Formats: sequence, C-alpha cells, structure tokens
Amino acid sequence: MEKKIPITIDGREVEAAAGQMILEAARENGIFIPTLCHYPGTTKVGACRVCVVDVEGARSLVASCCMPVSPGMVVRTDTKKVRDAQRLIVELLWASGDHNCLTCEQNGNCDLQNLVYWLELETPRFSIQFPKYKPETTNTMISRDLNKCILCGRCIRACNEIQVNEVLDFSKRGSRAKVGPAFDADYIDSECFFCGECADVCPVGAITFRQSRFKGRPWEMQKVKTTCTYCGVGCQMDLNINNGKIVKVTGNRDYAQPNGGSLCIKGRFGLDFVNNPDRLKKPLIRKEKGGELTEASWDEALELIAKKFGEIKKKDGADSIAGLSSARCTNEENYLFQKFMRAVVGTNNVDHCARL
Amino acid sequence: MAGLAAAFGSGAMTNSIDEIEFTDLILATGTNTTENHPVIGMKIKRAVRQHGAKLIVIDPREIDLVKYADLWLRQAPGTDVAVLNGLMNVMIAENIYDKDYVESRTENFEALKKTVEKYTPDYVEKISGIPAEDLRTAARMFGRANRASILYAMGMTQHITGTDNVKSVANLSMLGGNVGIEGGGVNPLRGQNNVQGACDMGALPNVYPAYQQVASDEARVKFEKAWGAKLSARPGLTIMEIMEGAHKGSIKGLYIMGENPMISDPDLSHVEASLKHVDFLVVQDIFLTETARLADVVLPSACFAEKDGTFSNTERRVQRIRKAVTPPGEARSDWEIIAAISNRMGYAMNYSSAQEIMEEISRVTPSYGGITYKRLEKNGLQWPCPTPDHKGTKFLHKDRFTRGLGLFHAVEFIPPAELPDKAYPMYMTTGRVLYHYHTGTMTRLSAGAMERCPESLVEINPLDADKLGIEEGQMVKVSSRRGEVTAKAQLTEKSAAGSIFMNFHFHETAVNLLTNPAMDPIGKIPEYKVCAVKVEAA
Ligand code: SF4
Ligand code: SF4
Ligand code: SF4
Ligand code: SF4
Repeated sequence: MEKKIPITIDGREVEAAAGQMILEAARENGIFIPTLCHYPGTTKVGACRVCVVDVEGARSLVASCCMPVSPGMVVRTDTKKVRDAQRLIVELLWASGDHNCLTCEQNGNCDLQNLVYWLELETPRFSIQFPKYKPETTNTMISRDLNKCILCGRCIRACNEIQVNEVLDFSKRGSRAKVGPAFDADYIDSECFFCGECADVCPVGAITFRQSRFKGRPWEMQKVKTTCTYCGVGCQMDLNINNGKIVKVTGNRDYAQPNGGSLCIKGRFGLDFVNNPDRLKKPLIRKEKGGELTEASWDEALELIAKKFGEIKKKDGADSIAGLSSARCTNEENYLFQKFMRAVVGTNNVDHCARL
Repeated sequence: MAGLAAAFGSGAMTNSIDEIEFTDLILATGTNTTENHPVIGMKIKRAVRQHGAKLIVIDPREIDLVKYADLWLRQAPGTDVAVLNGLMNVMIAENIYDKDYVESRTENFEALKKTVEKYTPDYVEKISGIPAEDLRTAARMFGRANRASILYAMGMTQHITGTDNVKSVANLSMLGGNVGIEGGGVNPLRGQNNVQGACDMGALPNVYPAYQQVASDEARVKFEKAWGAKLSARPGLTIMEIMEGAHKGSIKGLYIMGENPMISDPDLSHVEASLKHVDFLVVQDIFLTETARLADVVLPSACFAEKDGTFSNTERRVQRIRKAVTPPGEARSDWEIIAAISNRMGYAMNYSSAQEIMEEISRVTPSYGGITYKRLEKNGLQWPCPTPDHKGTKFLHKDRFTRGLGLFHAVEFIPPAELPDKAYPMYMTTGRVLYHYHTGTMTRLSAGAMERCPESLVEINPLDADKLGIEEGQMVKVSSRRGEVTAKAQLTEKSAAGSIFMNFHFHETAVNLLTNPAMDPIGKIPEYKVCAVKVEAA
C-alpha cells in the first residue's frame, strides 16, 4: 500500500500521496489553485507563481506546483497575502501584453482572462505597455501573436518534452525574453513539424490555429471525439465543429491511449479535404464504353450495378468478379464488403491494397 | 503478416504503443517512424530522452531517429536478412541469448543456429557494408537488454524477401526472449489507419473474419449458416492476381471501394491497361480519383468525419469514429452503399446503423466477441477480446504463443531482385514523408501540407550530385528499366552515396512507373524499397 500523508488545506484534513505536490493534492480534493505555467506531463518549473499558497511555518509564500507535501503540513490557499501576490502577478501580465479580448481567438477559453475575472480585477494598476511584435502569419497552420505571450514556457516544454521535437526555446532573458524557434525564425522557416502541440497547450491567445481564425468562438464549437483517418497509430482527437463544418482539430489530454492528446500535422491540419469542393456528390455513370461519365440518380446507378454483376455472374461465373476493399474504410464496411463478395456474388476474390 | 503468423501464429503487432515508451531497448528497422507514425516516433524519442532507453536504428537512410540513436547501422538496401542473421550469429557465439526461453517456448532452434553460423560479422560486413564491430556492439546491446522492443514497417516488408525479413525479425526477438513480455515484442507499424481492421474483417482472399480459413469446412459451414448463403471453398485471388486476371480477361467485373490502385500499384502502366480491360468497373470513393476516372459507375461516399464506425489501429485497438458533419450532396456511407447494392441483387442487408453491423461482427468474429460500441466509448478495446467481460489484450503470446511454441525459421539471405549495374547504377528506395499520406488524394488538398512539401523531390547525396553535375533544386530525370520521371533534386546526406530516395505521394511524379513489380512470393508485396535507376540532369 502506498503511504498516505495527512495534510490540512484550508482547514480541511486531506490525504496526499507520498511525493505529491501541494497543487496536485489540492486539485484531487476539489480545492482550486490557479496555475499558468503548470502543464501535466512536463517539468514543473514554478515560474509564473500564481499557484502560491501559504504554508504554516514557511518564511514566504511557496509555489504549490513544486512543493511536495510533508506530514502535518498546514496549507492555506485563500489568505489575503496569497491573493495580493496573485493579483500583482496577474496585473503585471495583463499590463505587459496586448490583451484586447474583443478580437482574440481565445476569448472565452483563456487562463489569463479567467484569472483576471476570478481575482475580480477591474483594471491593472500599471500602465499597459507591450512589445509591439509583428504577429506571425507566414504559414497557413499556426499563428503567433507574442504580444499576448505571458512567457509561461508551456509551448517550449510541450515541444521539447511531450513531442520531443526540440524546436522551441527562450531567446534572450528577462524583460526582453521571447519564445520561438532558434534564431527567432518564423515557424515556417524553422525545423517545426507543425504538430500543433504548442498551440494546444498555450494558455492564452498567443499561439492559435490559423485556419480557425474568425470561424467560431470557443463556446460555439461542438467537439466530436473521433479517430484520425491517416496512419495506423489511430490517434484520438476532437473535431471542432461550427456551422456544420470542421473548423479545427484539437488534442485532448483526457483521452489516454494511444496518443494521450498529442497529434501530428496530418491529423491536425490534414482535414481540408473534407470540405473540398471537388468531393463527389452524385453517382456518375458511363453510358457506353469510351463515353463520358455523367451524373445519374442513385436508383439508376444501383440498378445498373446489380444488373451488370448479375449478368457477369450468370455468364462467366462468380469467380470472374472481384472486389477490392479498403484499409481506409471502417471495420463495419470491410466486414460488409467481404460478406457481399462472398455471400452475394459468391466468390472469395476479395483483397485490399494494404499490401502496398 | 505471413512471416509473423508463421512464427507466432498471429500476424498482429504483439505489444502496445504505450509500452514503447517504457522499455529498455528499442530496435527500429525499416521504419521512418517520426515521419510515418509520428506519435509513435514521439514515444520513442521520449523513451530515449526521458526514460533512459537505448535505441538502435537499422536503416539505409539517415532518418530523423538516427539523431536520437545510440547506434545506427546503415546497411545496403535489401540486405536485412544478412544483418539480422549477423546479429543472431554474435548472440549465439557469445552466449548472450535467452537459453531458458529458447528451450521452453520455441522450436527449431537448431536449424536457425546452423543457418546463422556463416553470417559472421565479417561476412555480413561484406554483404551489407555495416562495420563488423558495430554489428557486434548492436548484438551485445540487444542480447543484454532486459526487455527489447523491435519496431518495423514497410522498409522490411516491401522487398521480394519481405516475408523472410519478418521471419528474421521474429527469430531475433525470440532469441532475446522478448516475445510475450511487457515492453518487448515484434511490432509491425501499419501504414494506413485501418489495415489491421481490414485484415481482421476478412478483406483477404483466403480468410473470413478473424482469420478463419475459407478452405476449412468448419469455418465455411459456420459462415454459411450465419449468412444464409452457399459459400465457395476456393480461396480467391490477391490484388496482384486480380489485376493480372483483369489484364488477361478472366476478371470481367471489378468493384473497388475507397482505393486508388492507379497510384499505389507498383506497375502503373500495367494497372491502367488492366482496369481499362475490365468489362464493368465500379469505384466508390470520396473523390474522382485516377482509378475512378476509368470506372463505368462511380459512387460518391462519405468520409470518416461523416459517418459512424470503428477502425482497428496498429496495436489491435478497436476505436470509434463518429459522425461530426453531414456528407456533401448525395454521398452515402460505404456500408449503406454496399447494403443497397446487395438488396438490389436479391440478398437482404437491412442494417439501420453501423452499430448493428458491429453486433453481427462480434457474433461471428471470436477475437471481437466482447466488443460493443458501449464498451468502446472510453478508450477502445484491444483484441483478442472474446467475451463481454474480457478487458482486451495488451500484449500477445504471454506464456504461450498463439500457435503453441514459437517457431524459428532458418532464413538465408537473397539479394534484391534488381541491383545497380552499368546502365542503372544507383539504388532507389521509395517511401512517405511526414507531410503527406499514401497517394496524396487527401493531404494534397491540405494547404498546410502543401506549404511544407509542395512537390516530389529526388533526395540525393551531395557526392553523387557533384559527380553527376546536379545542383540543389535542379530538375533531374530518373529512369529505370520500366519508365522515367522527372523531379527536383534535393541534396541531402540522408541518402547514402549511391542511393536516391523518392516519395510516392505525387501522381505527376509517379515513382511507381520506376519501381520493380517483382513480388515477395508469400506476402505478395512488391519490392518498392529497392530498384536500380539512372539519374541525370533533365
Ligand atoms: S490572450 Fe486572453 S486575455 Fe489576452 S486578449 Fe486573448 S483572451 Fe484576452
Ligand atoms: S508545432 Fe510542434 S514542432 Fe512546431 S513548434 Fe509547435 S510543438 Fe514544436
Ligand atoms: S506562447 Fe503561449 S505557451 Fe508559449 S510561453 Fe507564451 S503564453 Fe506560454
Ligand atoms: S495524428 Fe498523425 S500520428 Fe496520429 S493517427 Fe493521425 S497521422 Fe497518425
């Protein structure tokens, strides 16, 4: 049995696991502590410090994401000292960025915005001064507006520790710090693989999906869990639907296997084909050999197929008909296809292209 | 598939994707994982960078994984059997194989031992070009690892010796005592989303769902009863034989669902002639593909986002897809179309949903017996999952192989069907790139992918380029005994000197005009990975 460690948070006695951080213990027990830089599955850096708590006996506030529990620890998450510290941090972040939520893609799904509201801030006590970086729109997949960046470093850790693509890092330090690929390059000119992990983890509107710009507010999106249609990994992902169209694809950390929320460029940005105007919309029939394919009704098309296959089977035998099923189609469809070839046509001439 | 089934009794990936991250040693051979299975590539990279796993890469190309590898063996294309035999030679000679395992869980070890005897590191160096010392190091790393996972993909199977290659991989894994344990195993990474499922469902000429043989009376009677129809006992034709039959005129009617052999097939001119020769061709697809253009009837189908159903991923995990948007125009789900044709032909198929089909599948497919949509909701299920209370199977062959004992195969090295010579002095290998998928039908419509990779490139080593007077970005002509294509040159050390690499995503640069249709006699997979070509400035 794992040893349980008794601690007190906000007057409640709770049990934590050995080695657990205060933050995790609190969250497991339904006690809210805000975070910005914290991201599951990556190194705990304790950089933003909005997760500070008051620990009895400690000289100063501690970052709860990096402080392991110890037996008998008494923690308060809601003292004035804690709130004042959080307000100071959030006001500084607010004042150092271009936070015009009116036009921000993440409006309604932003950790900074939520924190401002939760801390009941009316306006920052500092004057707003942001670096005036040019927003990056040099590729069609990912946009970056580093004027909204709060330097939490999540994108860097996601790129290096989750995807291990090793593209992002801090350039410069201190007040002029900036995140991005080496040599301050735009994504398109870097080694970036466009997996989109950095955009999924960014807590604010600094890294966003370009193709969904102005295509729907977060609360308008309907998310449908599905399986990627490309390679054999079978990643689980959320199609974000608005007005009957796929607007973007997001990962979801709650889906465990096989991908734990991570995706690659194909699953993430490869779904333009769904809405392509060249999609087939009506059956086509070639009335005579050498003629053109022309639009037909389903009735005509199905009737013709049944008639022709029937004729060939009668004249030349079932084995003169063959079928190619598809590794692209579902199990249900593959099952039905081979059942059709075997039970209806009467041949085992069924294969698929996956050998190739 | 055939190779693994012969060795273990099942052709499926033995272990799970998740285990790759937490094993001791990964041997990646014939898989450019970070490009073709990027999320598995991610797990390999995490295993190496964060969990102290060792990585050995065996590949003729300097793929991205090499950057993360402890050891990279660069073999001449098509010499895999020799390399694998060499590894086993060292393990046996130095006594670093799992003797207890070999004794209690396998058979035919003596034959293997005898065959690999002559594949000494020096002999293998002559064949493959891999320094003898590196081969020894690799064998020691592999032999001494507690748990070693072998990953492979089409770089192993797309050879005339594809089945042999896979048998050798199986040999190596068993020799290390790695099959049937967590974190170990032989793990073929499937290229397409539902290859595993298509095979499981019996979209193969010789088997019904769950690999029940059509030639077996017992299986046939079972399906005759389940389907209420008389069934043929004669195994059918493979795709290559179907094309051949179409060409000769013995195949008169052809029904193609969701495939585009006009780009994926190894010998394109032959395929085109074959398809044109068929009396009646039906193609069902989401686009008017090169194949659909040749059809007599084209049926518009719904894509994965427009229908319900399941895919089975490479680790045997059956997972749901869900209808998120409506299909365009009059397009219908493939299953609805099949059922409609069947009904017109006098055999009633009245399914009201994909779920209802899954209910039938689980009745006739023992390994899917416990699979229901309700149970798939959370995290899918890995087959075998025979009963409603079975939790699914994380790794296969625990305690016992599907066939009983694991079978070693004594496999000799056979060189590729076509080697470079005076007229065609370079090797060409083909494959995929990160940004595109298969025949490009879908990814080429994606703005992002086209931005990153807008055209086919000829990847050539700078030394060769220099000799041939070819500069970066210049158009070059690549020809083989079968045809020629032109594309831009990309100078890169990824290609070994004497070898070029091309991808098969672009129909304008149909590399399959060049490739050799010589096939593996058992797997019937063509040798896409090696042919001889000539490269010149265009
Ligand atoms: S990043 Fe957040 S706070 Fe800043 S503008 Fe966007 S929504 Fe508002
Ligand atoms: S898209 Fe992926 S590879 Fe590119 S910077 Fe973001 S996390 Fe790194
Ligand atoms: S871009 Fe986003 S994730 Fe990256 S440091 Fe800035 S705010 Fe954090
Ligand atoms: S997201 Fe990428 S890795 Fe995942 S299934 Fe799709 S193509 Fe494969």
